[in-house]
Amino acid sequence: MADDIYILGIKMTKFGKHPDKDTVDLASEAAMAALADGGVTMRDMGVLAAGCLMGGGGIGQQIQKQVGQTGIPVFNVSNACATGATALRTAIMAIKAGECDMGLAVGVEKLAGAGLLGAGGRAKSDKKEWTPSGRYGAVTATDGRIGTDAMPGTFAQVGMEYGHKYGGATFELFAKIAEKNHAHSTLNPLAAYTKRMSLEEIMNDVMIAYPNTRSMCSANCDGAAAAVVVSGTKLKTMSLEQQRRAIKVSASILTSDPWQEACQVLPDVNTLTKAAAKQAYEQAGVGPEDLDLVELHDCFATAELVHYDNLGLCEEGGAVDFFNSGASWRDGKTPVNVSGGLESKGHPIAATGIANIWEVCHHLRGEAGDRQIEGAKVGLAHVIGLGSACGIHILEKSALG
Amino acid sequence: MTAQIPLVDYLVLDDTPHLEANECTSCGARYFDRRNACAGCFGTEFRKVTVPTEGEVRAFTIVTFAAPGVPVPFVAAVVDCNGTSVRGNLINVDPDPEHVSLGMKVRLATYSLGLDDNGVEAVGFGFEPA
Repeated sequence: MADDIYILGIKMTKFGKHPDKDTVDLASEAAMAALADGGVTMRDMGVLAAGCLMGGGGIGQQIQKQVGQTGIPVFNVSNACATGATALRTAIMAIKAGECDMGLAVGVEKLAGAGLLGAGGRAKSDKKEWTPSGRYGAVTATDGRIGTDAMPGTFAQVGMEYGHKYGGATFELFAKIAEKNHAHSTLNPLAAYTKRMSLEEIMNDVMIAYPNTRSMCSANCDGAAAAVVVSGTKLKTMSLEQQRRAIKVSASILTSDPWQEACQVLPDVNTLTKAAAKQAYEQAGVGPEDLDLVELHDCFATAELVHYDNLGLCEEGGAVDFFNSGASWRDGKTPVNVSGGLESKGHPIAATGIANIWEVCHHLRGEAGDRQIEGAKVGLAHVIGLGSACGIHILEKSALG
Repeated sequence: MTAQIPLVDYLVLDDTPHLEANECTSCGARYFDRRNACAGCFGTEFRKVTVPTEGEVRAFTIVTFAAPGVPVPFVAAVVDCNGTSVRGNLINVDPDPEHVSLGMKVRLATYSLGLDDNGVEAVGFGFEPA
């Protein structure tokens, strides 16, 4: 029986624009803050896993040079928007494998002003001779000619497909989901945007890919997050204060997408999330009804809707009714994205998978201040990256708390 | 007659233009690109099959903001062609929510992407209201 795993220290930087800091600065700031939060140093770490999706690679060693080079193994991970969760899971696996009893996971990204992600591709419109190339023998760029490669339109279709299957998914409904997340972020000083937006403002904002307007899309921004994980056996040797603030990782799951008929034409973000949720609930021994808060991957308003269903927060096909009942607002039955979510807190890609865990830990420790979900004991953090990869962590308050 | 070349190799330009997929002979899974083995059942035998040219819109988005060089607006969609999902644009229809809807019936249509310096015409495809 593998040892239990706890989060000992965790921190995120302010998300937003950091023109004077590079990715190494931001990652190091988060790493040192997480170590300090856990009351430990780099000397205690047996493994480092780090990710920076848009970076050139080797971010882990670059961080070591800023915070402490001790010769430990470094894993540089890259797993789309699940990169941060993958870094954390890598450190957890090293501990579970018995290779060490403490590890550090870091995710960082600089995306402020990055614009559309995924779009463009080969620009060959000026080509004087049509020449097939690539896996589809395309004679020119296909983005915009055979569907869209950009994320807003891709995830728009994910939400529309759900609406086609179950009904009720209108432009206004999706806008209301963004309204909720923008309202939630007003209580989060680390969010990139903290301005409340009215439904009218959201619906009348610049249309990017119907039904997603600009304020229904995740905010490209800079940021980093880091976590120190420790084995249960090691934690018992530490101070009572460390034990009290430690958060139990009762499930750590990573899945990829099993083959589905349509997955080659539109990424299937549902099947792998459902599979990860099922495994996570089984591993943790809790059900969706036990969750006091959920941070899920609302890269677009259209994505949040389908994940209510995928995570089992509602009955199959019931996501629209679930949202309309008010359940996912911070005073509802299952508060979702009380941080503001990716739409308002921001989405510095590789940082997101650890930042959402920080948010949940913050509440479980009772340290969330104005936005504290009172009495929170169990929470779930979910990310998904296209390709695809899904990370789910279920977290529980320390029994000593 | 002008020489033609398809936008992608799975578009077949004969008397009745259509899409062609690689179908796994074991489980029937269909792919528009080549696969070393079937992602569904790991089989390694494939045959060319014709994809139905009529279908139903299962998901769409109207893209109004895209990468430089990509003309907007356009309607990107997933079309269910009798069990084979196809990615393509909806064409010959006004790109607004009043004219495009989930479940609408569509059929494959082709259009010219222009001539290159050798006088070869590239031909693209989309789906138009049926």
